[in-house]
Amino acid sequence: MSKRTSKKKQWTRVDGRAFNQLRDVKIECGVLPNADGSAYIEMGRNKIICGVFGPREMHPKHMAKPNEAVLKCRYHMAPFSVDPRRSPAPSRRDQEITMVMRSALEPAVFLERYPRAGIDVYVEVLQADGGTRCASINAASVALVDAGIPMKDLVSACATGKIDDKVILDLGDYEDKKGQSDLPVAYMPKLDKITLLQMDGIMTTKEVEEAIKLGIEGCKQIYEIQREALKKKYGIDKTKSEETAPQEPVAEEKKEEKQDE
Amino acid sequence: MSKSNVVSHLKQKKINEVLSTGKRMDGRGLEEFRPLVINSGLLAKSEGSAEVWLGKTHLMVGVKVGTGTPFEDTPDEGVLMTNAEFTPIAHPSWEPGPPNEDSIELARVVDRGLRSAEILDTNELNIISGKLVHIVYVDFYILNYDGNLIDACGAGAIAALLKAQKPVYEIKKGEPVLTDKKVPLTIRKKPIPISIVKIGDNFILDPTADEEEVMDVRLTVTLDENGNLCTMQKSGSAGLTMDEIKKCINMAQAKAPEIRAKVVESTQ
Repeated sequence: MSKRTSKKKQWTRVDGRAFNQLRDVKIECGVLPNADGSAYIEMGRNKIICGVFGPREMHPKHMAKPNEAVLKCRYHMAPFSVDPRRSPAPSRRDQEITMVMRSALEPAVFLERYPRAGIDVYVEVLQADGGTRCASINAASVALVDAGIPMKDLVSACATGKIDDKVILDLGDYEDKKGQSDLPVAYMPKLDKITLLQMDGIMTTKEVEEAIKLGIEGCKQIYEIQREALKKKYGIDKTKSEETAPQEPVAEEKKEEKQDE
Repeated sequence: MSKSNVVSHLKQKKINEVLSTGKRMDGRGLEEFRPLVINSGLLAKSEGSAEVWLGKTHLMVGVKVGTGTPFEDTPDEGVLMTNAEFTPIAHPSWEPGPPNEDSIELARVVDRGLRSAEILDTNELNIISGKLVHIVYVDFYILNYDGNLIDACGAGAIAALLKAQKPVYEIKKGEPVLTDKKVPLTIRKKPIPISIVKIGDNFILDPTADEEEVMDVRLTVTLDENGNLCTMQKSGSAGLTMDEIKKCINMAQAKAPEIRAKVVESTQ
Protein backbone atom coordinates (compact mmCIF):
# COMPACT_ATOMS: atom_id res chain seq x y z
CA MET A 1 0.00 0.00 0.00
CA SER A 2 2.70 2.48 0.97
CA LYS A 3 4.41 1.79 -2.34
CA ARG A 4 1.24 2.63 -4.20
CA THR A 5 0.67 5.94 -2.48
CA SER A 6 4.25 6.99 -3.00
CA LYS A 7 3.82 6.09 -6.67
CA LYS A 8 0.76 8.30 -6.90
CA LYS A 9 2.59 11.24 -5.39
CA GLN A 10 5.40 11.00 -7.88
CA TRP A 11 3.41 10.79 -11.06
CA THR A 12 5.75 10.39 -13.98
CA ARG A 13 5.36 9.88 -17.67
CA VAL A 14 6.39 6.63 -19.32
CA ASP A 15 9.57 8.17 -20.63
CA GLY A 16 10.20 10.27 -17.51
CA ARG A 17 9.47 13.63 -19.15
CA ALA A 18 7.83 16.55 -17.32
CA PHE A 19 4.19 17.19 -18.25
CA ASN A 20 5.20 20.19 -20.36
CA GLN A 21 8.35 18.75 -21.87
CA LEU A 22 8.76 18.05 -25.56
CA ARG A 23 10.59 15.04 -26.89
CA ASP A 24 13.96 15.79 -28.48
CA VAL A 25 13.38 17.52 -31.77
CA LYS A 26 15.97 17.65 -34.52
CA ILE A 27 15.30 19.36 -37.81
CA GLU A 28 17.60 19.50 -40.78
CA CYS A 29 16.72 21.29 -43.97
CA GLY A 30 17.88 20.84 -47.54
CA VAL A 31 18.23 17.06 -47.32
CA LEU A 32 16.85 16.17 -50.77
CA PRO A 33 19.05 17.39 -53.65
CA ASN A 34 16.32 17.02 -56.28
CA ALA A 35 13.58 18.83 -54.37
CA ASP A 36 13.17 22.61 -54.45
CA GLY A 37 12.95 22.54 -50.68
CA SER A 38 13.17 19.76 -48.14
CA ALA A 39 13.41 18.99 -44.46
CA TYR A 40 14.00 16.01 -42.24
CA ILE A 41 12.63 15.89 -38.72
CA GLU A 42 13.21 13.61 -35.80
CA MET A 43 10.67 14.19 -33.07
CA GLY A 44 11.22 11.57 -30.44
CA ARG A 45 11.42 8.37 -32.47
CA ASN A 46 9.45 9.83 -35.38
CA LYS A 47 11.56 10.05 -38.50
CA ILE A 48 9.91 12.02 -41.26
CA ILE A 49 11.20 13.48 -44.49
CA CYS A 50 9.43 16.13 -46.53
CA GLY A 51 10.06 17.44 -50.05
CA VAL A 52 8.53 20.53 -51.65
CA PHE A 53 8.32 21.04 -55.41
CA GLY A 54 7.20 24.24 -57.04
CA PRO A 55 5.65 26.63 -57.57
CA ARG A 56 5.30 24.82 -60.87
CA GLU A 57 2.65 24.13 -63.46
CA MET A 58 -0.47 22.76 -61.82
CA HIS A 59 -1.30 19.17 -62.56
CA PRO A 60 -4.08 18.33 -63.31
CA LYS A 61 -4.54 21.62 -65.12
CA HIS A 62 -8.28 21.96 -64.52
CA MET A 63 -7.66 22.06 -60.77
CA ALA A 64 -5.62 25.26 -61.08
CA LYS A 65 -7.08 28.37 -59.50
CA PRO A 66 -7.10 31.63 -61.49
CA ASN A 67 -6.33 33.79 -58.46
CA GLU A 68 -3.88 31.77 -56.40
CA ALA A 69 -1.63 28.74 -56.23
CA VAL A 70 -2.92 25.37 -55.12
CA LEU A 71 -1.11 23.77 -52.20
CA LYS A 72 -1.14 20.05 -52.83
CA CYS A 73 -0.14 17.88 -49.92
CA ARG A 74 0.40 14.19 -49.55
CA TYR A 75 0.97 12.49 -46.23
CA HIS A 76 2.20 8.97 -46.67
CA MET A 77 3.50 6.33 -44.32
CA ALA A 78 6.14 3.84 -45.36
CA PRO A 79 5.03 0.19 -45.03
CA PHE A 80 7.85 -0.38 -42.53
CA SER A 81 7.10 2.70 -40.40
CA VAL A 82 4.77 0.87 -38.04
CA ASP A 83 4.26 -2.56 -36.56
CA PRO A 84 2.78 -4.64 -38.17
CA ARG A 85 3.59 -3.69 -41.77
CA ARG A 86 0.94 -1.50 -43.33
CA SER A 87 -0.18 -1.44 -46.92
CA PRO A 88 1.45 1.31 -48.95
CA ALA A 89 -1.96 2.27 -50.38
CA PRO A 90 -3.32 5.48 -48.83
CA SER A 91 -5.77 4.79 -46.01
CA ARG A 92 -8.71 6.96 -44.95
CA ARG A 93 -6.55 8.21 -42.09
CA ASP A 94 -3.79 9.27 -44.50
CA GLN A 95 -6.27 11.15 -46.64
CA GLU A 96 -7.71 12.97 -43.66
CA ILE A 97 -4.23 13.91 -42.41
CA THR A 98 -3.38 15.14 -45.91
CA MET A 99 -6.43 17.38 -45.70
CA VAL A 100 -5.80 18.79 -42.22
CA MET A 101 -2.12 19.28 -43.02
CA ARG A 102 -3.06 21.33 -46.06
CA SER A 103 -5.44 23.52 -44.10
CA ALA A 104 -2.80 23.91 -41.39
CA LEU A 105 -0.18 25.15 -43.88
CA GLU A 106 -2.33 27.18 -46.28
CA PRO A 107 -2.86 30.18 -43.97
CA ALA A 108 0.93 30.66 -43.77
CA VAL A 109 1.72 30.70 -47.51
CA PHE A 110 1.33 33.70 -49.83
CA LEU A 111 -0.59 31.58 -52.35
CA GLU A 112 -1.86 34.68 -54.15
CA ARG A 113 1.68 35.30 -55.42
CA TYR A 114 1.46 32.35 -57.82
CA PRO A 115 -1.88 32.24 -59.63
CA ARG A 116 -2.51 29.05 -61.69
CA ALA A 117 0.53 27.31 -60.15
CA GLY A 118 0.75 24.26 -57.94
CA ILE A 119 2.98 23.71 -54.93
CA ASP A 120 3.52 20.08 -53.99
CA VAL A 121 4.30 19.11 -50.42
CA TYR A 122 5.15 15.44 -50.07
CA VAL A 123 5.61 13.95 -46.63
CA GLU A 124 6.98 10.46 -46.12
CA VAL A 125 6.86 8.93 -42.65
CA LEU A 126 9.82 6.57 -42.31
CA GLN A 127 9.26 5.71 -38.67
CA ALA A 128 6.15 6.55 -36.66
CA ASP A 129 6.06 7.17 -32.93
CA GLY A 130 2.87 9.10 -32.16
CA GLY A 131 2.24 12.64 -33.30
CA THR A 132 3.27 12.10 -36.91
CA ARG A 133 0.84 14.69 -38.24
CA CYS A 134 2.39 17.39 -36.06
CA ALA A 135 5.94 16.37 -36.90
CA SER A 136 4.98 16.35 -40.59
CA ILE A 137 3.62 19.90 -40.40
CA ASN A 138 6.83 21.04 -38.68
CA ALA A 139 8.97 19.51 -41.42
CA ALA A 140 6.69 20.75 -44.21
CA SER A 141 6.75 24.37 -43.12
CA VAL A 142 10.57 24.32 -42.94
CA ALA A 143 10.70 22.68 -46.38
CA LEU A 144 8.38 25.36 -47.81
CA VAL A 145 10.74 28.07 -46.58
CA ASP A 146 13.69 26.09 -47.94
CA ALA A 147 11.96 26.07 -51.35
CA GLY A 148 11.98 29.87 -51.28
CA ILE A 149 8.20 30.17 -51.12
CA PRO A 150 7.16 33.44 -49.45
CA MET A 151 5.57 32.73 -46.09
CA LYS A 152 3.66 34.86 -43.61
CA ASP A 153 4.94 32.76 -40.74
CA LEU A 154 6.28 29.34 -39.88
CA VAL A 155 3.72 26.78 -38.78
CA SER A 156 4.72 24.83 -35.69
CA ALA A 157 2.74 21.90 -34.38
CA CYS A 158 2.64 19.55 -31.46
CA ALA A 159 0.06 17.40 -29.75
CA THR A 160 -1.28 17.67 -26.26
CA GLY A 161 -3.53 15.22 -24.52
CA LYS A 162 -4.75 13.72 -21.30
CA ILE A 163 -3.48 10.62 -19.54
CA ASP A 164 -4.21 9.64 -15.92
CA ASP A 165 -6.41 12.79 -15.76
CA LYS A 166 -3.37 14.99 -16.40
CA VAL A 167 -2.89 17.29 -19.35
CA ILE A 168 0.47 16.66 -21.00
CA LEU A 169 2.50 17.96 -23.93
CA ASP A 170 3.75 16.05 -26.97
CA LEU A 171 2.30 12.57 -26.64
CA GLY A 172 4.55 9.63 -27.44
CA ASP A 173 3.24 6.47 -29.08
CA TYR A 174 2.23 4.81 -25.79
CA GLU A 175 0.52 7.94 -24.46
CA ASP A 176 -1.24 8.37 -27.78
CA LYS A 177 -2.69 4.85 -27.63
CA LYS A 178 -3.37 4.51 -23.90
CA GLY A 179 -4.24 8.11 -23.11
CA GLN A 180 -7.73 9.49 -22.50
CA SER A 181 -7.55 12.10 -25.21
CA ASP A 182 -5.38 13.55 -27.92
CA LEU A 183 -5.42 17.14 -29.12
CA PRO A 184 -3.01 18.12 -31.91
CA VAL A 185 -2.44 21.85 -32.37
CA ALA A 186 -0.65 23.80 -35.10
CA TYR A 187 0.12 27.42 -34.44
CA MET A 188 1.64 30.41 -36.21
CA PRO A 189 3.54 32.20 -33.40
CA LYS A 190 3.95 35.59 -35.10
CA LEU A 191 0.34 35.84 -36.27
CA ASP A 192 -1.00 34.22 -33.07
CA LYS A 193 -3.36 31.95 -35.00
CA ILE A 194 -4.19 28.29 -34.54
CA THR A 195 -4.30 26.54 -37.91
CA LEU A 196 -4.81 22.93 -36.89
CA LEU A 197 -7.07 21.82 -34.10
CA GLN A 198 -8.38 18.33 -33.66
CA MET A 199 -9.39 16.39 -30.63
CA ASP A 200 -10.64 13.00 -29.63
CA GLY A 201 -11.29 11.45 -26.29
CA ILE A 202 -13.23 13.05 -23.48
CA MET A 203 -12.24 16.40 -21.99
CA THR A 204 -13.97 19.19 -20.13
CA THR A 205 -14.00 22.72 -21.55
CA LYS A 206 -11.46 23.76 -18.95
CA GLU A 207 -9.12 20.91 -19.84
CA VAL A 208 -9.43 21.74 -23.53
CA GLU A 209 -8.45 25.35 -22.91
CA GLU A 210 -5.56 24.23 -20.71
CA ALA A 211 -4.43 21.77 -23.38
CA ILE A 212 -4.56 24.32 -26.20
CA LYS A 213 -2.52 26.78 -24.13
CA LEU A 214 0.02 24.06 -23.35
CA GLY A 215 0.12 23.16 -27.04
CA ILE A 216 0.83 26.76 -27.98
CA GLU A 217 3.75 26.83 -25.53
CA GLY A 218 5.12 23.66 -27.15
CA CYS A 219 4.69 25.14 -30.62
CA LYS A 220 6.68 28.21 -29.58
CA GLN A 221 9.58 25.97 -28.54
CA ILE A 222 9.41 24.09 -31.83
CA TYR A 223 9.30 27.40 -33.70
CA GLU A 224 12.76 28.22 -32.34
CA ILE A 225 14.09 24.81 -33.41
CA GLN A 226 12.69 25.34 -36.90
CA ARG A 227 14.34 28.75 -37.10
CA GLU A 228 17.65 27.29 -35.95
CA ALA A 229 17.47 24.65 -38.68
CA LEU A 230 16.94 27.31 -41.32
CA LYS A 231 19.66 29.53 -39.88
CA LYS A 232 22.03 26.60 -39.90
CA LYS A 233 21.54 26.00 -43.60
CA TYR A 234 21.50 29.61 -44.67
CA GLY A 235 24.18 30.75 -42.20
CA ILE A 236 22.28 33.73 -40.85
CA ASP A 237 23.68 33.47 -37.36
CA LYS A 238 24.70 36.86 -36.06
CA THR A 239 26.84 35.53 -33.21
CA LYS A 240 29.16 33.81 -35.66
CA SER A 241 30.70 35.19 -38.81
CA GLU A 242 29.04 33.91 -41.97
CA GLU A 243 32.03 31.91 -43.09
CA THR A 244 32.67 30.01 -39.90
CA ALA A 245 29.05 29.28 -39.05
CA PRO A 246 28.47 26.39 -41.45
CA GLN A 247 31.95 25.00 -40.93
CA GLU A 248 31.94 24.67 -37.17
CA PRO A 249 29.21 22.06 -36.77
CA VAL A 250 30.81 19.98 -39.52
CA ALA A 251 34.11 20.00 -37.69
CA GLU A 252 32.38 18.97 -34.47
CA GLU A 253 30.60 16.11 -36.15
CA LYS A 254 33.87 14.81 -37.51
CA LYS A 255 35.42 14.89 -34.06
CA GLU A 256 32.54 12.90 -32.66
CA GLU A 257 32.84 10.33 -35.39
CA LYS A 258 36.49 9.84 -34.60
CA GLN A 259 35.73 9.34 -30.94
CA ASP A 260 33.13 6.72 -31.82
CA GLU A 261 35.64 4.80 -33.88
CA MET B 1 -16.14 20.79 -52.75
CA SER B 2 -15.42 22.25 -56.12
CA LYS B 3 -15.19 25.99 -56.07
CA SER B 4 -15.59 28.36 -58.95
CA ASN B 5 -13.69 31.33 -57.71
CA VAL B 6 -15.32 34.20 -59.53
CA VAL B 7 -18.82 33.28 -58.45
CA SER B 8 -17.54 32.54 -54.95
CA HIS B 9 -16.16 36.03 -54.55
CA LEU B 10 -19.42 37.64 -55.59
CA LYS B 11 -21.33 35.28 -53.30
CA GLN B 12 -18.95 35.93 -50.46
CA LYS B 13 -19.48 39.67 -50.76
CA LYS B 14 -23.25 39.32 -50.75
CA ILE B 15 -23.31 36.81 -47.88
CA ASN B 16 -21.01 39.04 -45.83
CA GLU B 17 -23.17 42.07 -46.48
CA VAL B 18 -26.26 40.26 -45.25
CA LEU B 19 -24.44 38.72 -42.24
CA SER B 20 -23.34 42.17 -41.08
CA THR B 21 -27.02 43.01 -40.57
CA GLY B 22 -27.31 40.08 -38.14
CA LYS B 23 -29.36 37.96 -40.56
CA ARG B 24 -28.66 35.21 -43.07
CA MET B 25 -29.46 34.91 -46.79
CA ASP B 26 -32.48 32.75 -45.90
CA GLY B 27 -33.64 35.08 -43.14
CA ARG B 28 -32.35 32.98 -40.24
CA GLY B 29 -30.52 34.39 -37.22
CA LEU B 30 -26.78 33.65 -37.00
CA GLU B 31 -27.16 30.83 -34.46
CA GLU B 32 -30.44 29.47 -35.75
CA PHE B 33 -30.73 25.96 -37.22
CA ARG B 34 -32.91 25.12 -40.18
CA PRO B 35 -35.84 22.80 -39.33
CA LEU B 36 -34.44 19.40 -38.33
CA VAL B 37 -36.73 16.49 -39.14
CA ILE B 38 -35.70 12.95 -38.29
CA ASN B 39 -37.77 9.88 -39.10
CA SER B 40 -36.24 6.80 -37.57
CA GLY B 41 -36.70 3.13 -38.20
CA LEU B 42 -38.26 3.29 -41.65
CA LEU B 43 -36.04 0.81 -43.47
CA ALA B 44 -36.98 -2.80 -42.80
CA LYS B 45 -33.82 -4.49 -44.07
CA SER B 46 -31.45 -2.55 -41.86
CA GLU B 47 -31.12 -3.13 -38.12
CA GLY B 48 -31.52 0.60 -37.50
CA SER B 49 -32.19 3.54 -39.77
CA ALA B 50 -32.99 7.23 -39.85
CA GLU B 51 -33.94 9.74 -42.48
CA VAL B 52 -32.68 13.24 -41.77
CA TRP B 53 -33.84 16.51 -43.26
CA LEU B 54 -31.95 19.61 -42.22
CA GLY B 55 -33.41 22.32 -44.39
CA LYS B 56 -32.75 21.00 -47.88
CA THR B 57 -29.93 18.72 -46.73
CA HIS B 58 -31.38 15.23 -46.95
CA LEU B 59 -29.71 11.97 -46.02
CA MET B 60 -30.35 8.42 -44.90
CA VAL B 61 -28.48 6.64 -42.13
CA GLY B 62 -28.44 2.86 -42.17
CA VAL B 63 -27.14 0.69 -39.36
CA LYS B 64 -26.28 -2.89 -40.21
CA VAL B 65 -25.10 -5.34 -37.61
CA GLY B 66 -22.90 -8.07 -39.01
CA THR B 67 -20.29 -10.38 -37.60
CA GLY B 68 -16.58 -10.69 -38.11
CA THR B 69 -13.31 -11.44 -36.43
CA PRO B 70 -12.17 -8.96 -33.77
CA PHE B 71 -8.94 -6.96 -33.99
CA GLU B 72 -5.92 -8.77 -32.58
CA ASP B 73 -5.33 -6.24 -29.79
CA THR B 74 -8.99 -6.25 -28.67
CA PRO B 75 -10.07 -9.93 -28.91
CA ASP B 76 -13.33 -9.53 -26.97
CA GLU B 77 -14.57 -6.22 -28.27
CA GLY B 78 -17.02 -5.57 -31.06
CA VAL B 79 -16.29 -3.09 -33.79
CA LEU B 80 -17.99 0.13 -34.91
CA MET B 81 -17.44 1.20 -38.51
CA THR B 82 -18.61 4.42 -40.10
CA ASN B 83 -18.73 5.30 -43.77
CA ALA B 84 -20.16 8.17 -45.78
CA GLU B 85 -21.33 7.86 -49.37
CA PHE B 86 -21.62 10.97 -51.50
CA THR B 87 -24.14 9.92 -54.14
CA PRO B 88 -24.04 11.73 -57.49
CA ILE B 89 -27.74 12.61 -57.13
CA ALA B 90 -26.99 14.87 -54.17
CA HIS B 91 -25.34 17.77 -56.00
CA PRO B 92 -24.53 18.70 -59.63
CA SER B 93 -20.80 18.82 -58.85
CA TRP B 94 -20.70 15.42 -57.16
CA GLU B 95 -19.55 12.57 -59.34
CA PRO B 96 -19.48 8.83 -58.87
CA GLY B 97 -16.12 7.48 -57.80
CA PRO B 98 -14.01 6.59 -54.81
CA PRO B 99 -14.66 8.59 -51.61
CA ASN B 100 -13.14 12.06 -51.71
CA GLU B 101 -11.54 14.02 -48.86
CA ASP B 102 -14.80 15.59 -47.74
CA SER B 103 -16.64 12.30 -47.42
CA ILE B 104 -13.71 10.75 -45.57
CA GLU B 105 -13.58 13.72 -43.20
CA LEU B 106 -17.33 13.54 -42.62
CA ALA B 107 -17.26 9.85 -41.78
CA ARG B 108 -14.17 10.12 -39.61
CA VAL B 109 -15.31 13.14 -37.62
CA VAL B 110 -18.70 11.59 -36.85
CA ASP B 111 -16.98 8.27 -36.12
CA ARG B 112 -14.55 9.89 -33.68
CA GLY B 113 -17.47 11.51 -31.87
CA LEU B 114 -19.25 8.19 -31.42
CA ARG B 115 -16.05 6.38 -30.50
CA SER B 116 -14.71 8.98 -28.06
CA ALA B 117 -18.03 9.07 -26.22
CA GLU B 118 -17.90 5.24 -26.08
CA ILE B 119 -21.44 5.16 -27.34
CA LEU B 120 -21.51 1.36 -27.67
CA ASP B 121 -20.48 -1.14 -25.05
CA THR B 122 -17.98 -2.99 -27.21
CA ASN B 123 -17.76 -5.89 -24.76
CA GLU B 124 -21.49 -6.46 -25.16
CA LEU B 125 -20.84 -7.02 -28.88
CA ASN B 126 -18.55 -9.95 -28.18
CA ILE B 127 -19.82 -13.38 -29.26
CA ILE B 128 -16.80 -15.70 -28.93
CA SER B 129 -13.63 -14.06 -27.63
CA GLY B 130 -10.95 -13.79 -30.24
CA LYS B 131 -13.10 -15.43 -32.90
CA LEU B 132 -16.43 -13.76 -33.51
CA VAL B 133 -17.80 -10.34 -32.61
CA HIS B 134 -20.63 -8.13 -33.82
CA ILE B 135 -19.59 -5.40 -36.23
CA VAL B 136 -21.87 -2.37 -36.25
CA TYR B 137 -21.75 -0.52 -39.56
CA VAL B 138 -23.12 3.02 -39.69
CA ASP B 139 -23.53 4.22 -43.28
CA PHE B 140 -24.44 7.75 -44.26
CA TYR B 141 -26.09 8.11 -47.64
CA ILE B 142 -26.29 11.72 -48.79
CA LEU B 143 -29.30 12.27 -51.05
CA ASN B 144 -29.32 16.06 -51.28
CA TYR B 145 -26.50 18.34 -50.24
CA ASP B 146 -27.19 21.77 -48.82
CA GLY B 147 -24.47 22.16 -46.21
CA ASN B 148 -23.79 21.08 -42.64
CA LEU B 149 -23.47 17.36 -43.30
CA ILE B 150 -21.47 16.66 -40.13
CA ASP B 151 -24.22 17.90 -37.81
CA ALA B 152 -26.97 16.20 -39.83
CA CYS B 153 -25.09 12.87 -39.96
CA GLY B 154 -24.15 13.07 -36.29
CA ALA B 155 -27.78 13.57 -35.27
CA GLY B 156 -28.95 10.87 -37.70
CA ALA B 157 -26.39 8.37 -36.40
CA ILE B 158 -27.69 8.72 -32.85
CA ALA B 159 -31.31 8.37 -33.99
CA ALA B 160 -30.51 5.27 -36.06
CA LEU B 161 -28.41 3.67 -33.30
CA LEU B 162 -31.13 4.31 -30.69
CA LYS B 163 -33.49 2.24 -32.83
CA ALA B 164 -30.94 -0.38 -33.82
CA GLN B 165 -31.18 -3.99 -32.76
CA LYS B 166 -28.66 -6.77 -32.84
CA PRO B 167 -29.36 -10.42 -33.56
CA VAL B 168 -28.81 -12.82 -30.67
CA TYR B 169 -26.42 -15.73 -30.99
CA GLU B 170 -26.48 -18.83 -28.84
CA ILE B 171 -23.34 -20.82 -28.27
CA LYS B 172 -23.94 -24.54 -28.86
CA LYS B 173 -20.91 -26.83 -28.45
CA GLY B 174 -18.63 -23.85 -28.91
CA GLU B 175 -20.28 -22.90 -32.19
CA PRO B 176 -22.39 -19.77 -32.61
CA VAL B 177 -25.99 -20.38 -33.70
CA LEU B 178 -28.15 -17.54 -34.92
CA THR B 179 -31.52 -17.27 -33.16
CA ASP B 180 -34.68 -15.40 -34.19
CA LYS B 181 -34.35 -13.07 -31.23
CA LYS B 182 -33.19 -9.47 -31.56
CA VAL B 183 -32.27 -7.08 -28.76
CA PRO B 184 -31.69 -3.33 -28.85
CA LEU B 185 -28.12 -2.05 -28.75
CA THR B 186 -27.13 -0.37 -25.51
CA ILE B 187 -26.53 3.31 -26.24
CA ARG B 188 -24.48 4.76 -23.41
CA LYS B 189 -24.18 8.37 -24.54
CA LYS B 190 -25.54 10.73 -27.15
CA PRO B 191 -22.67 12.80 -28.57
CA ILE B 192 -23.90 15.65 -30.80
CA PRO B 193 -21.59 17.43 -33.25
CA ILE B 194 -22.12 21.15 -33.79
CA SER B 195 -20.23 22.90 -36.58
CA ILE B 196 -19.42 26.58 -36.28
CA VAL B 197 -18.48 28.38 -39.46
CA LYS B 198 -16.63 31.68 -39.61
CA ILE B 199 -17.36 33.96 -42.55
CA GLY B 200 -15.57 37.29 -42.33
CA ASP B 201 -16.02 38.35 -38.71
CA ASN B 202 -19.25 36.44 -38.15
CA PHE B 203 -19.73 33.04 -36.56
CA ILE B 204 -22.76 31.09 -37.71
CA LEU B 205 -24.33 27.71 -37.05
CA ASP B 206 -25.85 25.27 -39.53
CA PRO B 207 -24.28 26.66 -42.74
CA THR B 208 -25.95 26.10 -46.11
CA ALA B 209 -23.97 24.89 -49.13
CA ASP B 210 -23.45 28.49 -50.28
CA GLU B 211 -22.19 29.53 -46.87
CA GLU B 212 -19.86 26.52 -46.72
CA GLU B 213 -18.48 27.43 -50.12
CA VAL B 214 -17.41 30.89 -49.00
CA MET B 215 -16.49 30.07 -45.38
CA ASP B 216 -13.06 30.96 -44.01
CA VAL B 217 -12.88 28.25 -41.43
CA ARG B 218 -15.06 25.67 -39.69
CA LEU B 219 -14.72 24.18 -36.23
CA THR B 220 -16.78 21.13 -35.36
CA VAL B 221 -17.23 20.47 -31.66
CA THR B 222 -18.87 17.24 -30.49
CA LEU B 223 -20.37 17.28 -27.01
CA ASP B 224 -21.82 14.60 -24.77
CA GLU B 225 -24.73 15.18 -22.38
CA ASN B 226 -22.38 16.20 -19.56
CA GLY B 227 -21.10 19.09 -21.66
CA ASN B 228 -17.72 17.40 -22.12
CA LEU B 229 -15.98 17.61 -25.47
CA CYS B 230 -15.57 14.37 -27.44
CA THR B 231 -14.15 15.61 -30.71
CA MET B 232 -12.94 18.77 -32.33
CA GLN B 233 -12.04 19.23 -35.94
CA LYS B 234 -10.92 22.43 -37.57
CA SER B 235 -11.10 22.62 -41.33
CA GLY B 236 -10.76 25.33 -43.92
CA SER B 237 -7.75 27.40 -44.79
CA ALA B 238 -7.63 30.09 -42.14
CA GLY B 239 -6.44 30.26 -38.57
CA LEU B 240 -8.36 30.77 -35.34
CA THR B 241 -7.33 32.62 -32.20
CA MET B 242 -7.71 31.15 -28.73
CA ASP B 243 -10.63 33.51 -28.00
CA GLU B 244 -12.38 32.48 -31.18
CA ILE B 245 -12.04 28.83 -30.23
CA LYS B 246 -13.52 29.52 -26.78
CA LYS B 247 -16.40 31.35 -28.44
CA CYS B 248 -17.05 28.40 -30.76
CA ILE B 249 -17.05 25.93 -27.86
CA ASN B 250 -19.58 28.12 -26.00
CA MET B 251 -21.82 28.36 -29.07
CA ALA B 252 -21.74 24.57 -29.46
CA GLN B 253 -22.47 24.02 -25.79
CA ALA B 254 -25.49 26.28 -25.99
CA LYS B 255 -26.89 24.49 -29.06
CA ALA B 256 -26.13 20.79 -28.47
CA PRO B 257 -28.87 20.10 -25.85
CA GLU B 258 -31.56 21.44 -28.21
CA ILE B 259 -30.43 19.17 -31.08
CA ARG B 260 -30.07 16.18 -28.73
CA ALA B 261 -33.61 16.71 -27.45
CA LYS B 262 -34.92 16.70 -31.03
CA VAL B 263 -33.06 13.48 -31.81
CA VAL B 264 -34.42 11.73 -28.73
CA GLU B 265 -37.92 13.02 -29.42
CA SER B 266 -37.82 11.64 -32.97
CA THR B 267 -37.15 8.11 -31.76
CA GLN B 268 -40.01 7.98 -29.27
